[in-house]
Amino acid sequence: MAPTPPRLADRLIEWFCAPHLLEEVQGDLYERYVRDVVQQSVAQANRNYWRNVLGFLRPFALKRQANEHPKPSFLNPVMLRNYLKIAFRNLTRQKVYSFINIGGLAAGMATAMLIGLWIWDEVTYDLSFTNHKQLAQVMTTSIGDDGAMNTDPRVCQPIAGELRSKYGSDFKNISMSRWNGSALVVGDKTISGIGLWVEDKFPAMFSLSMLKGNINALTDPSSILIDATMAQALFGDAEPLGKIIRVDNNDNYKVGGVFRDFPNKSPITGNTFPSLQNANYFLPWKKYITTEQWVKDAATSWNNRSWQCYVQLADNVDVDKETEKIKNVVMAHKTKAEGVESAYLYPMDKWHLYSEFKNGKPVGGLIQFVWLFSIIGVFVLLLACINFMNLSTARSEKRAKEVGIRKAVGSLRGQLIRQFLSESILVAFVSCIVSIILVIVLLPLFNSLAAKNIQLPWSSPTFWLCTLGFTLITSLLAGSYPALYLSKFDAINVLKGTFRVGKYASLPRKVLVVTQFSFSIALIIGTVVVFKQIQFAKNRPINYKKEGLITVGGVTQGLPRFYDAVRNDLLATGVVDNMSGASDATTNLGAWRTGFNWEGKNPNTLPSFGFMYMTEDFGKTIGWQLKAGRDFSRDFGTDSSAMVLNEAAVKQIGMKKAIVGETIQYEGKNYRVIGVVKDIIQESPYKSVTPMVYLTSRTWIGSVTVAIKTGVPIKEALVKIEKAFKKYNPYLPFNYTFIDEEYAKKFADEDRIGKLATFFTILAIFISCLGLFGLASFVAEARTKEIGVRKVLGASVTSLWSLLSKDFVLLVVISFGIATPIAYYFLGNWLQKYQYHTDLSWWIFAVSGVGALVITLLTVSFQSIKAALVNPVKSLRSE
Amino acid sequence: MKRTYLGEFEEIVLLTVAVLNDAAYGVAITDELDRQTGRSVSISAVHAALHRLEEKGMLSSHMGDATAERGGRRKRLFTVTALGSRALHDIRAMRDQLWNSISPNALPAISI
Repeated sequence: MAPTPPRLADRLIEWFCAPHLLEEVQGDLYERYVRDVVQQSVAQANRNYWRNVLGFLRPFALKRQANEHPKPSFLNPVMLRNYLKIAFRNLTRQKVYSFINIGGLAAGMATAMLIGLWIWDEVTYDLSFTNHKQLAQVMTTSIGDDGAMNTDPRVCQPIAGELRSKYGSDFKNISMSRWNGSALVVGDKTISGIGLWVEDKFPAMFSLSMLKGNINALTDPSSILIDATMAQALFGDAEPLGKIIRVDNNDNYKVGGVFRDFPNKSPITGNTFPSLQNANYFLPWKKYITTEQWVKDAATSWNNRSWQCYVQLADNVDVDKETEKIKNVVMAHKTKAEGVESAYLYPMDKWHLYSEFKNGKPVGGLIQFVWLFSIIGVFVLLLACINFMNLSTARSEKRAKEVGIRKAVGSLRGQLIRQFLSESILVAFVSCIVSIILVIVLLPLFNSLAAKNIQLPWSSPTFWLCTLGFTLITSLLAGSYPALYLSKFDAINVLKGTFRVGKYASLPRKVLVVTQFSFSIALIIGTVVVFKQIQFAKNRPINYKKEGLITVGGVTQGLPRFYDAVRNDLLATGVVDNMSGASDATTNLGAWRTGFNWEGKNPNTLPSFGFMYMTEDFGKTIGWQLKAGRDFSRDFGTDSSAMVLNEAAVKQIGMKKAIVGETIQYEGKNYRVIGVVKDIIQESPYKSVTPMVYLTSRTWIGSVTVAIKTGVPIKEALVKIEKAFKKYNPYLPFNYTFIDEEYAKKFADEDRIGKLATFFTILAIFISCLGLFGLASFVAEARTKEIGVRKVLGASVTSLWSLLSKDFVLLVVISFGIATPIAYYFLGNWLQKYQYHTDLSWWIFAVSGVGALVITLLTVSFQSIKAALVNPVKSLRSE
Repeated sequence: MKRTYLGEFEEIVLLTVAVLNDAAYGVAITDELDRQTGRSVSISAVHAALHRLEEKGMLSSHMGDATAERGGRRKRLFTVTALGSRALHDIRAMRDQLWNSISPNALPAISI
């Protein structure tokens, strides 16, 4: 075999030599090699070959030839302009279709944006506190006989001292506190507010942002810190520092500082303590513990849990480990017979989102709604994307010709994909602008629904980045399927007219429609159930008459002194049915006690009862209903040792014989049960009623209730009631609240969820219907000829209508089949959360299904009837 | 007169292409140069010069036949263009003019 040139040298020149020169150069080198082999030796030829190859390491041989027909880059401005121009033409040519696409996408994006803003607001609720990672509240978990745990924010007074002395190095700061709902008075101005009694270091712990004065002002027991709104309300533009404010009409405090308002106020629902951020002012704890005798008495009591305790952990201390360390801090000082409890450090980062406790741990609460709404937001956006995909593919037959021609004149598939993507990007960006406008318009409504004060963060780059990224992702998501699907068409088939979409081409479209409607139907069912549950609780018999009842505050201070006198005055006005006092209002249960004993009680159990003191007139004032025995009455001198129970208490005591007339011991005293009343709803209307013990007292009056005569104008009555009280307390403000309004607040949370759910459901249905409307119009259009022929052959409008509608109805029926079990499962779980809950009746599903069907038919019928009414001459003329 | 920029080596390569007439390609030109002038030049130098001359428009080229000894690769055959021809003529005319202007005794005699 003839010798060949060295392979390595060959490789080398093939690598570096410009392709357009390689053939001639290598040819010449080979020719020379063959001659060298003949004339000299193989070795010499090889050496020459190498030398010659290396000789070509010159610029001219290395330089690649410029392409005579360069491919334009897709980022080339000319191409971009072309893509956009074509996209714009396509949009304007099909106005209805563009409207459906842009409207649907905009609605979906606006929803997602609103939900995003809401979630952001909730998740960052407490982040404005610099020390939020190290702050915690001490909670008490009471452990019942049956192991049931109940966690609440009340602690006993000595706990702070105990934590300081035993675990001092783990905490930076500790502060006891107590809520104070008093109004602040300056001159003749009375402004109601919410405040806290707190220790000196509290403002620093919570890093109050001071506008004026000193953050440590509370070291002076006669000073007060107020927020900017309060300062403005009380003093206007005058300098507030050093001014005197009267609180409770008892004591004067000097303004020691003004702090910036906390950024996030929460709606007050009346069920629990308000959020700390609702506080408008802070008063010194040092002063508080000297004001009232019962507070002084409780200073060393481990059983009286009436206060809050906030702690700031040292920097390197983990809150969970610290909880383990301190959980027995209280039980070290009391016996098991007094009730078993453990302390829990509730980290600030969980306060807002995890407010529901289960087994002593914060597990649920708002976080569930954050998740729920995230899912809804994603789905609503998905619905809008599905519309886009469906309409694009449904029109594919129309655009197939365009794709064919584009391919015939040399479009590559990649270019077509970019063409379609640029269309979807254009639609997405137009939708984005529309959605921002929508959000601006809807935000006030949304804020009122969600009880929030959310603003669009115009100046935040994160927001714009998110919106932009979000739009791009949406456009890729919505545009990918049509782009990949339409660009795949075979040019020859399409142009020859033999192009047929396969039998299963519409299958993905149908799957998407089913997805849309499953979600919409599930939302409808969910909304109906939420409303049914709210209505169910609203219809729950509360067993007292809440209309015309008001609770009076302010002027009632020192009421025991003049109770009978003022009551007589009120009755004499003729506008009042009755007046009474009690330790708590009927809309709020404030005390629980254990330590009751009776004949036949199992000595190993320690049942807990709700506990209320009241004057003899309470029952008659609120109109509770006696089941057995008699009510308290001033006709009997012995009622100070009488006891009234509610039905739940009777059930808990479980005595076999009639309980009226029996004796129950409490704190070493014998009480005789004189009556049983029907359960009145004092707490959440969703909870089962707490077993209640009612006793009489004239001294433990925390709340005064007045029943206004029915038929008397409220305004007139209020004037007279105020006058009657002012006679005894002329300088105190007359505050009143209506019991029925207070009661209604208990539904605020669920009402809000119901309204938001309605909002989202309507949106989801709207978007789905838009899509369906578009689909129906394309289906009708594609079958114009068929309908024409059928009409000529004698088909009636009804039969044509059913022909065109039945496909969609079938899809909705399938969706209903998918949505029902899913909704049943999730809503069943949701309802289980409530002790007093409605059931998932079959009619909810039936109504939702029929509702969805009716909406579908209405949407589709518009198109199908329009198509069925067309004169066949018109549709068949052009062929 | 418009000046023609041709290096000395380029001029010789251009002339050699003219000498070889229809069979002017890399190796042939290299061999012919060797034969006619005794200069042993590398193939790459010839290719570079050909390339440059083609860029200047003095040569045109087309692909020729393939031969077995070239491993089946085609040759690039060069022909002198009108511009190339003009340049060669110009150079020659200029030289002749200069020669004609030299007075008979100005150059020292080199022949016997």
